[in-house]
Amino acid sequence: MIGFIARRLINYIFLSAFATMLAYVLVSATLQPGARFYGRNPPIPQGSIDAALNKLGANPNIPILERLWTWVTQLVTTGSLGISTRGTEVTADIAARAGTSLRLLILGSILGAVIGVALGVWGAVKQYRTSDQVITYASFAVLATPVFVIGIVLMIIATTLNQAVGTNVINFTGEYTAGLEGGFWTLFADRAAHLLLPTITLTVTAVAAYSRYQRSAMLDVLSADYIRTARSKGRTRGSAIIRHGVRVALIPMSTFFAYSFGLILVGASVTETVFSWHGMGEYLFNSVGNSDINAATGTILFTSILVLIAGTLSDVVYAALDPRVRV
Amino acid sequence: MALLQPLLPSTEISEPDVALDSRNRSRASLILRRVFSTKRAWIGSTVLGFIILWAFIGPYLYQWNYLDQDGLAFSVPPSASHWFGTNDIGQDVYAQTLIGLQKSLIIGLIVGPLAALIAGFVGATAGYLGGMWDRVIVWFIDLLLVLPSLYLLVLLSPLFKSLSWLALVVFLALFGWMVLARVIRGQTMSLREREYVKAARFMGVSGFAIIRRHILPNVASLLIIDATLGIGAAILAETTLSFFGFGVQPPDVSLGTLLALGSGSAITRPWLFVFPAAILVITVLASSLLGDALRDAIDPTSGATNE
Amino acid sequence: MSEPLLVVDNLSVTFSNQGKSVYAVRGISYTVNKGEFLGIVGESGSGKSVSSTAVAGLLPSSAHVEGSIRFNGRELLGLNDRQLSEIRGSEIAMIFQDPLSALTPVYTIGQQIAEGLRLHDSKLTQKSAEARAVELLKTVGIPNAERRAKGFPHEFSGGMRQRAMIAIAIANDPQLIIADEPTTALDVTIQAQILELLQTAKEITGAAVVLITHDLGVVAGNADRIAVMYAGKIVENAPVLPLFRTPVMPYTIGLLRSMPNMSDASTTRLVPLEGRPPLLTTRPTGCPFADRCPAVKAICRTSEPPLAQVHSPTGERHVACHRADEIVAGTLRRDEIFPIPAAVPSSEKSTVDPDIVVEVTDLKRTFPLTKGAIFRRRIGTVKAVDGVSFTVRRGRTLGLVGESGSGKTTTILEVLELAGAESGSILLDGVDTATLTNKARRAIRGNIQVVFQDPMASLDPRMIVEDIIGEPLTVLGAPRSEIRRKVANILELVGLEPSFASRYPHEFSGGQRQRIGIARALVVEPKILVLDEPVSALDVSVQAGVINLLEDLKERMGLSYLFVAHDLAVVRRIADDVAVMYLGRIVEYGPSDLIFNEPRHPYTQALLSAVPIPDPEVEQSRQRIMLTGELPSPTDDIVGCNFRARCPLYQLLPDDRKVLCQTDDPAERPVLGRQVACHHAESNLLVGQ
Repeated sequence: MIGFIARRLINYIFLSAFATMLAYVLVSATLQPGARFYGRNPPIPQGSIDAALNKLGANPNIPILERLWTWVTQLVTTGSLGISTRGTEVTADIAARAGTSLRLLILGSILGAVIGVALGVWGAVKQYRTSDQVITYASFAVLATPVFVIGIVLMIIATTLNQAVGTNVINFTGEYTAGLEGGFWTLFADRAAHLLLPTITLTVTAVAAYSRYQRSAMLDVLSADYIRTARSKGRTRGSAIIRHGVRVALIPMSTFFAYSFGLILVGASVTETVFSWHGMGEYLFNSVGNSDINAATGTILFTSILVLIAGTLSDVVYAALDPRVRV
Repeated sequence: MALLQPLLPSTEISEPDVALDSRNRSRASLILRRVFSTKRAWIGSTVLGFIILWAFIGPYLYQWNYLDQDGLAFSVPPSASHWFGTNDIGQDVYAQTLIGLQKSLIIGLIVGPLAALIAGFVGATAGYLGGMWDRVIVWFIDLLLVLPSLYLLVLLSPLFKSLSWLALVVFLALFGWMVLARVIRGQTMSLREREYVKAARFMGVSGFAIIRRHILPNVASLLIIDATLGIGAAILAETTLSFFGFGVQPPDVSLGTLLALGSGSAITRPWLFVFPAAILVITVLASSLLGDALRDAIDPTSGATNE
Repeated sequence: MSEPLLVVDNLSVTFSNQGKSVYAVRGISYTVNKGEFLGIVGESGSGKSVSSTAVAGLLPSSAHVEGSIRFNGRELLGLNDRQLSEIRGSEIAMIFQDPLSALTPVYTIGQQIAEGLRLHDSKLTQKSAEARAVELLKTVGIPNAERRAKGFPHEFSGGMRQRAMIAIAIANDPQLIIADEPTTALDVTIQAQILELLQTAKEITGAAVVLITHDLGVVAGNADRIAVMYAGKIVENAPVLPLFRTPVMPYTIGLLRSMPNMSDASTTRLVPLEGRPPLLTTRPTGCPFADRCPAVKAICRTSEPPLAQVHSPTGERHVACHRADEIVAGTLRRDEIFPIPAAVPSSEKSTVDPDIVVEVTDLKRTFPLTKGAIFRRRIGTVKAVDGVSFTVRRGRTLGLVGESGSGKTTTILEVLELAGAESGSILLDGVDTATLTNKARRAIRGNIQVVFQDPMASLDPRMIVEDIIGEPLTVLGAPRSEIRRKVANILELVGLEPSFASRYPHEFSGGQRQRIGIARALVVEPKILVLDEPVSALDVSVQAGVINLLEDLKERMGLSYLFVAHDLAVVRRIADDVAVMYLGRIVEYGPSDLIFNEPRHPYTQALLSAVPIPDPEVEQSRQRIMLTGELPSPTDDIVGCNFRARCPLYQLLPDDRKVLCQTDDPAERPVLGRQVACHHAESNLLVGQ
């Protein structure tokens, strides 16, 4: 089992490292941080431009692979991801924003997985009944809706509600109310209130995806012979399904978690941006607007590490759930 | 996801073979019958067909052009004259929505099948060649799967933003085939082990003829399913990109650009946002209902490949 | 005598699915007395499994059940799931066909047995339940029970899993054990072990047993009484001896005459039972067997005969046939209903010189076995085929028999590849296949063709019959018109109508599909046909027709067959020579009659004695040689004889003679007219001479 996970982990590390380097090359080829220095009046001396670009590690006269090498050695030796076009350390930027993103991401993943699995089991057991139909069509509708639309619709609803009640029941702009004074609990309550709509947005999407998958995994299991065996031993149908069926149907879910993590990640970035949070999603989008190679690559590295962790986690769960891979 | 299938034992209780009574029908009509025996397929295909007709005929049946500015109606809510209302420079939202829908549909209808084709080619090659080739291709696919393709598209957006929206179509297809390619690869590998493929091999049928005659027709059904599901996925990717300004660029109009413009005033003037959004959701929903019904009909073991 | 243990009265099961109904069981009645062993026999789709699943209340919700099921005087129909679950596992236990899918993959065997115990005894602690589970595993003959109880199902072999299933079944001393095809997925020597264990389980618990099977041979030696099911009805119900000696229902007669019987298979031609059961999507108006019954009369088409008591000289029985009285009285003779079909007249037989067409010498095939988490490394070699030699002559059939894992399928795949061998040589018509150029290989392909086991899997479902059969011709570049003509001819030759050419495979029954597979192989007029278990996926009644067809084709066309099968009765019927394989080796090889009548290798003897014979008298008086244990792993490097660990002869040998088996690997050597790989073949007295 440890061997299995070690093998997968090493594979993930290679993949993530490669993906990041590939991203560096792609970004260096597409983003032109030098562009904003040209065509200025008065013109900026070429020497100053080169100096600025060199500082960013983005001098177009140096071959991309050489720049990549410099970037990697700098990362390995000093742990620095370079400097953003605004002159800040990318690592510092990421450190400041990561918490914001992770909070949403972790909440959304856990809530999405738990509720999604529960709904999927429920739908499969009640196959073709009204409740199953409702869950099915609702998931289809959610999956057909872009995350930003869900977010904005929630905002419209919240505003209507606030107007109806007359006070700000639900706050949804930003991560917290700027300038709010008060003790720990006041601030905590404020942040929790701000968290409500973004969390719902992300969770709803995740629930829709997980419940569809869990439902089909459950349907495969429901007609399995071992459910019949469990019943022949004296279990009722419901207890056989819970004790034997769900347990087996969770195995493919653990792999699906890794596959679907990208979906959640994108969903989280979009949600943050829609709700004006200063998280990693906004950082990525801005980096492209600012032609910021280091910020963009830093975000990609951050993302690959998250994917790596999610992948390894799902393998650990997989190996824990399925004795057949524990060699 | 095909690698998961062996883990899901799907054994049925010994119910008598109901399928036998179809012995006098050909397979194609059998599949069609199965597809349209579900409500989802009817809803999906009818709605999708209607939307396509509407998007391309609708503008001719309406008095406002999408660029016209009605000097008498700035930011008015829906009315008999402006069905979906107008924006703050007096442009008609209904007319704009139909034009945006056209663009989004064209993008979806090209990208879905194109991505499926790439997936079919790469997946079938890897699955059939096996060995070293297979490992290299799979590793490359996994590499592309590490990062969400939307991130890559955002990073590459400066490349296609300066070109026409057709460049966006190409990029959407280039980053939309990986998951399906893995499924096709798994399918090809299991087809290779089928007895009728072995039988053909022992008859002396060449490898190329085996792929053409026995493997492609089987894989084709999967490709059709995913081309259908891909329509919706491509439209979603396009709108999300355009919403953040990385996709379709003005003066071109798509549902995504409309939503981006409308979102700012979504709370005060909801018609600018709600109508395009609703039409977007209905379009994507219709294509995924149809794709899902196709999948159930063609591939009864599809349970685990539900993305 | 008090009321029987189980009384099933007028039980009907109907499945409804999207407005379509399937009448799977249509009003059957039977009883099972305490301690009785009832066999329920029927082909696939006869409703035999459905009816007994209904007894346990385990049918899916799409099933509509009517009638009455009384168990110990208590009506079971109408009880809810909770009430039934109290009876299931404690009073009624079940054993299912495929023990791999029937056990939950994520729990240990011990946990799964303990679960059954604790469900019916809430006072039992987990610890004592697990201890009891180990006891039960010992009872069902699993060695190292303490350790094995902690193993997962995938770590068990098929036979071991079925033993574990039996342990679960007997855990709470049930009064009724329902075994649904418990040995179908198992090899014949393992089947013999499991059937014996089932008898033991019956003795330990005193339970009545209902054994459901498609194989009359399996119940012949075990059951007290047999119910034959056909198209959702019981058509004959009688004590075992009269049923086999003097069957009354024409279906039973036909079924018995169509089965190859190993004790006399070489002399009698099989009687085919053509056609297939009616679909149960409508209620039959007449006798459901009418379309296949040679003794059909007008009344059989209009009214369905009820299961009625019939008085015959051999005792009471129940039969559903309008002509039962005539059959019992002897005015309608059984061999007139199903006469033995005529063999190919000698004038039509083709005479060929018995040249050698296939010559395999010392063939070896190994597969690397790798292990390792990060870096795969080779930890061993699977010797799938380990030095096999045989020849096939023109116009003759070589039967290659052995259990799963014996290497027989690998052997024929090596021959079919036409690409030489890893070690040793394969000669076709005297040409070494290792030396073939690609062009020559394509040319020689037409000489050797193959028929696979599963006719559904070996026909591309998307192609019409004409394209399927014509495919080998397109390889040769034959024109369309010629393909069409040849396909029509060959369809007729294999007993199908030429008009079938434009249909799809799913429109045919299993037997017809296999005929299509045979037609495809024959259309290029090969000399050699490799048959990989060609009838094992077919229902018994259909097998006979295909076997007869193969025999006739061989005689008319002078074909050579390389016939791989695990069913020894079928091999006995069709093969001229037999090679018995064990762990990649041939242990006995020679003329079929010699080997079947007087086997000399202890493995052959055990294999033959494990084959059930559809004759209760023969079965009960048979001397059975049981093999202990199971096939060792082919990766093991065994010094000496690789059969030693399971060999019944070895156990009887005095110590000084055992030494040879421990140190020397026996080579094939001629013994009494055949090749045997055993040191003690001459003095082998396991089978009475």
